[in-house]
Amino acid sequence: MSTATTPPLAILKPQDYGSDQEVRWCPGCGDYSILMQMKKVLAKLGVDRSKTVFISGIGCSSRFPYYMSTYGFHSIHGRAPTLATGLKLARPDLNVWIVTGDGDGLSIGGNHLMHIIRRNVDVKILLFNNRIYGLTKGQYSPTSEHGKKTKSSPMGAPDMPVRPISIAIAAEASFAARAVDVDVKHLEYVLERAARHVGTAFVEIYQNCNIFNDGAFEYATGKDTKSDTTVYLEHGKPLVFGKNRDKGIRLHGLSPEIVKLSEVRPDDLLIHDEKAPDTALAFLLSRMSYPDFPEPMGVFRDVEQNRYVDLVRGQIRQAIEKQGPGDLAALLRGSDTWTVK
Amino acid sequence: MQSATTPGKAPAAVSSDKPAPQPSKGKPQVKVPSVTIRFAGDSGDGMQLAGTQFTDTSAIVGNDISTLPDFPAEIRAPAGTLAGVSGYQIQFSSTDIYTPGDDVDVLVAMNPAALRSNLHLVRKGGMIIANEDAFTANDLRKAGYETNPLEDATLSGYRLIKVPINRLNSEAVKGIGLSAKQVDRCKNFFALGLVYWLYDRPLEPTLRYIQEKFGKKLPAVAEANAATLKAGYHFGETTELIAQQYHVDKARLMPGTYRKITGNEAVVVAMVAALKLAGKEIFYASYPITPASDILHGLAELKNFGVITFQAEDEICAMGAAIGAAFGGALAATGTSGPGVALKSEAMGLAVMTELPVVVINVQRGGPSTGLPTKTEQADLFQAVFGRNGECPVPVLAAASPSDCFWATLEAFILATKYMTPVLLLSDGYIANGAEPWMIPDVASLPKIEIRHPTKPNDPAGFMPYKRDERLVRPWALPGTPGLEHRIGGLEKEDVTGRVSYDAANHQRMVRLRQDKVAGIQPVGQPLIWTGAEKGDVLLVSWGGTYGAVKAATLEMQAQGMKVSACHLRYLNPLPAGLAERFREFQHVIVAELNLGQLRTILRAHTLIDIKGINKVKGQPFSISEIVEGVRQALDGADGAAWAGGAK
Repeated sequence: MSTATTPPLAILKPQDYGSDQEVRWCPGCGDYSILMQMKKVLAKLGVDRSKTVFISGIGCSSRFPYYMSTYGFHSIHGRAPTLATGLKLARPDLNVWIVTGDGDGLSIGGNHLMHIIRRNVDVKILLFNNRIYGLTKGQYSPTSEHGKKTKSSPMGAPDMPVRPISIAIAAEASFAARAVDVDVKHLEYVLERAARHVGTAFVEIYQNCNIFNDGAFEYATGKDTKSDTTVYLEHGKPLVFGKNRDKGIRLHGLSPEIVKLSEVRPDDLLIHDEKAPDTALAFLLSRMSYPDFPEPMGVFRDVEQNRYVDLVRGQIRQAIEKQGPGDLAALLRGSDTWTVK
Repeated sequence: MQSATTPGKAPAAVSSDKPAPQPSKGKPQVKVPSVTIRFAGDSGDGMQLAGTQFTDTSAIVGNDISTLPDFPAEIRAPAGTLAGVSGYQIQFSSTDIYTPGDDVDVLVAMNPAALRSNLHLVRKGGMIIANEDAFTANDLRKAGYETNPLEDATLSGYRLIKVPINRLNSEAVKGIGLSAKQVDRCKNFFALGLVYWLYDRPLEPTLRYIQEKFGKKLPAVAEANAATLKAGYHFGETTELIAQQYHVDKARLMPGTYRKITGNEAVVVAMVAALKLAGKEIFYASYPITPASDILHGLAELKNFGVITFQAEDEICAMGAAIGAAFGGALAATGTSGPGVALKSEAMGLAVMTELPVVVINVQRGGPSTGLPTKTEQADLFQAVFGRNGECPVPVLAAASPSDCFWATLEAFILATKYMTPVLLLSDGYIANGAEPWMIPDVASLPKIEIRHPTKPNDPAGFMPYKRDERLVRPWALPGTPGLEHRIGGLEKEDVTGRVSYDAANHQRMVRLRQDKVAGIQPVGQPLIWTGAEKGDVLLVSWGGTYGAVKAATLEMQAQGMKVSACHLRYLNPLPAGLAERFREFQHVIVAELNLGQLRTILRAHTLIDIKGINKVKGQPFSISEIVEGVRQALDGADGAAWAGGAK
């Protein structure tokens, strides 16, 4: 679309992807880490800032676009996927990222999230999950634990929580992954994988809100606990975890179970297959939750599927091939005319 | 409007044995200036198709036409019930007409329910063509008739033509090998054929339609429909029930080439015209909703023009996607009806805040809530002008007629892109589905849509997304342009730089700037249409689809010697300049609108004049006589909002 000729790209450093705006998240917020890893990944991939757009909804996470030096659009609550879909359809040449949260993406915007994933619009979605409403000062969110006491649930939240990755997989996500804010190397790896994925990529990031829900993911990040409460997924490798990597996951019928490696044969273990055409394995993994299971980190699913924009654009090309480019005068005339002299 | 006087029983002409139908020479012909026909039947009886075909044919033979499709919200209500009656009214004329007709000259009633629910529309002495085969005990009961109205005195004031349409249709298609159900579905074409004969219309356009629609895929269905259409025509020629034909001459329209067009069709072709005139792609996002869905259907067929249609998961998504596409540089639009606008409202505010061009079309229907989905109303004006949070000015245009939907749509795109603003275009169910002749414009005569996107920073300090030009318009910089990277959004922005700002003085300045920009919009088409003298006793004010009825009523009252003029507003925000001065030249100013007085309220505030109203909310357009009567009552001192025309 742009008529300007693009000059050869200068080598950009991570900080070149940051805007001049003062970052106004609370000191200690997990969002800082995500912002930093995002910039690193864009620099590593040599992404053209002018061809990149960050779109967000409402919430703490949704301030993200203001802090990037790319194009950005801070939209309204829950609706970032709608703007992203329109933008990507109009401009397939752009790299479009969505930044959302557990409230923005799963509560008010839950409908749109499902549809942008099932259409495989080829945008990258980062869902910052802090299991709380931060910007409105501490009400329970769709990912808050059942019974959680907050300002709006003094006797405990009556809602059952949803699992973001389960929602994504149920919506036929071609890419779904999970990372945690403080594991910066792994977060960077997951963001890079998402950036490289061809199709919609959905990434859930466990993000600590140190003001309203501090320590929500302590179990998954604490030095002493994390190796027992998380399992890092690697394609083609068995699911093994534990401080001494002495535990694994085995399938018992349709359910996973924790086994000691010493008590099973190596090929009894569940082997991760992120390319599996069927979503059953990814969905099963998405339901493994603390405290019953270690929570999987990494890429649950990464498959190629038809991309929405290609299909829509393909129909336009096909229509032009078949009918020729439209003739406005003929369209105005329609099928039957008469002349008054 | 006055069609033929009731003819006496002329000796029936004897027809030769079934030639291809020719303009019948067998019976006498009477010339009439205009006729209003209403086809009515069960919603599965194909009345909309019969009406559309009659309309197409009448347009092709050169009549002026105006139509009113009138159908229930249920796709197939229980057969034979009053709830399931679907009607299609058309007035065709040798003179200029502005409405689908006040009084029906000919009612085609395919069953008792159709007769019962439409009889009050037929003028005394009018003709009723009734499908007598459908007047069975069961169907009479469903329609609430205790005795058969074809046999008792119910229709004594009318010319009743009883035709065994079911039987004659079955005979006409015998041997073609259709199922009983398929045979039954042909009977609308028998009735159509009969009416074609009655008004001396050619069969060729409909025969061509049948061939195109069914010829290849369902040759037997095509053969049957053609056969029954001809049979209906021949029945007219030979029956002793009808003594004469009627003929409506060509209308004396402005010289030019014409086509028939509905409001929704006009929106579709205007969008494609806008795309060509701007040299851009068009992005139309929509969620299916009556009565706007035909815009989506129409555009989806035109992909080869570079039209991108997006059927969104909901109304909100359609609006959001249009904003996203506009941010990317496409001509963006979304179409819906009132309930959809309610859902889009927050995102429309975002488009106001980010100052992006999006055209939002509201094909109004009866409200509130789900209301009357298939019926017309003009009760979304307040919603259009005021229905958003905050100080949120949006330009509002309203199309006056089916063909004006073309010009109003084109103007909406020009305004949106010229002023970087969402624009609300109001249509309504009546003009969206109604049809009229349209003089086809020459492509070269259409206005160009000039759009500029900056390629370089507009300030030594870098690109300033909210730095405005002399019309207060901000630049439309597109993602993908190196050096113009910027962020926009729903939070208040600092003047010029576009940074997030909570500064008090800045907010007031930005609110004023947005308001002043919209207030300063210069119309690109006619802001109003004036009929009559600049001074007088009564000024009738209208907007949107009431244009035709008000214009016709004005001409009628002028002909009676009354000093009446009409002022039709196409631009509702900002209002055309100088209204108060022009209104003061009249003793009485009366707004006629299909709501309880929305424009009236706005104009009273705007002009400080004690404006009266003629108001109706029955899901139907005004008839001419209702306007004339409303003026009389208003002159007698009745208050419009209380009067609610036709509430009796």
